[in-house]
Order: sequence, then structure tokens, then C-alpha cells
Amino acid sequence: MFDVKELYIAKSVDDALRLLDENENSMIISGGTDVLIKLREGKFSDAVLVSVNGLDELRYVKIDEQGAIRIGSTSCFTYVEEHPIINEHIPVLGYAAGQVGGPQIRNAGTIGGNVCNAATSADTATALFAMNAKLRLRSANGERILSIHEFYTGPGKTVRNRNELLIELIIDKEDYEGFCGKYIKYAMREALDIATLATTGYVKLSEDKKTIEEARLAFGVAAPTPIRARKCEEFLKGKPATAETLEALKSMILDEVNPRTSWRASKEFRQQIIKENSKRALAASIKLCGGELDA
Amino acid sequence: MLRLITLHVNGKDVEVAVAPGEKLSDTLRKKLGFTSVKKGCEVGECGACTVLIDGVSYDSCIYLTQWAIGKDVITVEGLKSLEGELSEIQKAFIQEAAVQCGFCTPGIIMSAVEIVGQKKKFTREELRRLTSGHLCRCTGYENILNAIEKANDKINGFGEWQDKVVDVSN
Repeated sequence: MFDVKELYIAKSVDDALRLLDENENSMIISGGTDVLIKLREGKFSDAVLVSVNGLDELRYVKIDEQGAIRIGSTSCFTYVEEHPIINEHIPVLGYAAGQVGGPQIRNAGTIGGNVCNAATSADTATALFAMNAKLRLRSANGERILSIHEFYTGPGKTVRNRNELLIELIIDKEDYEGFCGKYIKYAMREALDIATLATTGYVKLSEDKKTIEEARLAFGVAAPTPIRARKCEEFLKGKPATAETLEALKSMILDEVNPRTSWRASKEFRQQIIKENSKRALAASIKLCGGELDA
Repeated sequence: MLRLITLHVNGKDVEVAVAPGEKLSDTLRKKLGFTSVKKGCEVGECGACTVLIDGVSYDSCIYLTQWAIGKDVITVEGLKSLEGELSEIQKAFIQEAAVQCGFCTPGIIMSAVEIVGQKKKFTREELRRLTSGHLCRCTGYENILNAIEKANDKINGFGEWQDKVVDVSN
């Protein structure tokens, strides 16, 4: 039995926003794979839950008139992983969604919850950071759209107000067209594990596939929140898409990250995999884009 | 505050009074007597409590009972035929010695029902991934995968399963 005082099951988005507004101290529960674990650990008591679990209205992936991909927040990981639009345009996100927990967790957990729970280790977060995802938040008072880069404020903390519901994640056309990406989850097990380090490389090559037009590099568990390595990205811009270019990153990357020692791994070990996996993730991205890497 | 709800479990409507924070694994085990649903880790890691909800596998230990209102819940008790005969998947688990202590078995059987229901031939790697939400501390998984593969082949008509089947119905 979880310590829940009241459970309101929202029948629509409007219903959820009204319930959040009417019940002070209420909190949103979606797939429950994080909130229920926290309840079990005693992190909240007498919880008042507004459930958006299984809300059909927010389970979608679509492309709007501007070419932006919009992902409804209650889309579960399995849904995201298998969706044809995701697989065609942003397969790196589908792959990342497929790295979460195990099948049962992926059937329950949602992409919106993954972001709002704000764990630095969230599997979909680094891909969303690389793609400059935007988040549409709505409350009874109105709506705002934020960049994912402004959303996280610390481990488990975001700028989302208690009564705000994440409606959808938006990825603009210029943030996916021509890009190829690779997510690497470093963990002790292949399933049911939390990332020791999460890395997404995301690359756009020149037409002849020899030059890096733009590169993005995002990490999870390399800092209290997911982060981008902006200086490395700046360095890579316009450089030849070669192994030497990527090798040069190793001497710069540690200036941009702040990993810590935890029971999963030491700071030093994390630094080591940050160096290695940035290179691997970017190399894989370059290859996916049609570039040739000499060894 | 308890709320009286109707659940549809193993093909039957049942009325049950549930608390807001009640989890489906508790309702199924303690109130409805479906003790095939095992309580292992209780945090969604071991898969022992797996049930099918509208045909999809979920860990019932991290699933609020009230979420199941209006949905079709199936546990291992719902798999046997009207005559009480075991399903082909259960038989395959016996034939392949995929059961040792048996604690993880009901959960894995439910995932197997979901897998077989997709009517696809899966590679060994795919099957490993599809069953990766379960922990088994006895078998080393090989016999479990053999059993699921055999059941999938037999039910969906793939491969040369017939020669290998040993009849254990008696």
C-alpha cells in the first residue's frame, strides 16, 4: 500500500489541470514508475495524486505544419520506441527509449515523466538535450513553452510549477533534419539498470560527408542535470570528420563535465568513460550520416 | 477512503473495495486470491508480479489498482482451459524444465503470453530482450528461452517443433 490520501484520475487534460488547481499540494502521476517508487521509499506522505496515466489525449507522435515533431507527454517508452515517425526522423530517441528498464517498465513509464522526474540519468534526456527539445507546459492559468535547457535546475528539480502539466515535447525541423545520432548507455547490466553514464552524439555533416557541419554532445550523470558540452561542440564545427578530430576532444572534454563519485562508479571512472564514449558516440553518428572514419 | 470498483480479471467482473494507494498486486493476491502474482522486489525490477492489462505486460507492484478500472486483467489463473488443462505455454515450460523454484515463473509466463500473441518468429536475442524485465535466480534463463521459443513455434506454427515434443499430459 502506497501512502496516498487521495487519487484523482483525470479524464482529460482540462480535467487534470482543474484537479491540480483545486487540490493544493496535489502532484501529477503518469506511468508511476518513479512516483510510486518514491512513495514506497517514504519520500512523500499522504500524497494527493492527480493521475494522467493512460490519458489517450496526450499519447501521440505527429509532425506539424512547420515540420516539428511533437511527442505527447504520456506516450510510454514502448510507444515512442516503435513509432514510425520517431524511427524515420529521430531514431536516436527511439533507441534511447528502448534502453529504459525492461519491457514492463517501458510499457508503463512515459517520456514526459522521464523529463519531469528530472533524473540526470534519464535515458531519453541526453537525446532530447541534443535535439534542443522544447517543452509545452500548461496550467489552468495558461501555457508556456520552454527549452529543455532551461527546464532542469538540479537533481529531481525543474522549473515546472506544481500545477503545470507537461503537454508535449517539440523537436523543430532544423534540430533533426540532416542529423544522425547515437545514444550510448553505460551500465552494469543490459536491462533494468540505471545509466552509470549516458552519452548522446548528434552530428550533421557537409554534403561531401567529409566535414562536420554541426556536432552536439550531451551527457547524463556527468553533472547534477543532463548537460551539453558546448565548447567541444564549438571546436568540432567545421572540422574534418575524422578520428583525429574526435581524438582531440579527449583533452578538452573534462573541462565541461562535473561527474561525482557514487556507489555506481567513481568520479575518475566516469571521467574515463566520458572521454571514451564521447568519441564513440560521435564516431557512430558520423558513420550513420554516411561519413567515413579511418579507424 | 475505500472506493468500490469493478475490475475485470481473468474474464470475470469482480467488485472490490480499494484504497487510493492500493497496488494491483495486493488487490489480486490478498483480496481476489490470485496468488500466482508474486511479490518479489516490489519496485518493478524483478518482474515476478507481471500481469497483462489489455494484453500488455505491466509490473503490478507499481500499478495502482484503480488504473485497471475498465481494463482486462489477466493472471496465470486465467490461462487454463475450461477443463482445467494447462495452456501450451505452461506445458512448454514443463517440457523444457524451465521451472526450478518457480517463483519467477508466473510472471515470465505472462510475458510469454504477450510474446506469443505477437505471432512473430523472434531471434534468440529478441527473446532475451523481450524477457529482460524478469529475474530468475535458478535456471540461468536458457531453459526459459527454450520454452518460450517452443511455445511460440508450436502455437504460431513456426519450425519443426513436433518431433521434439514429449507428451507430459498424463
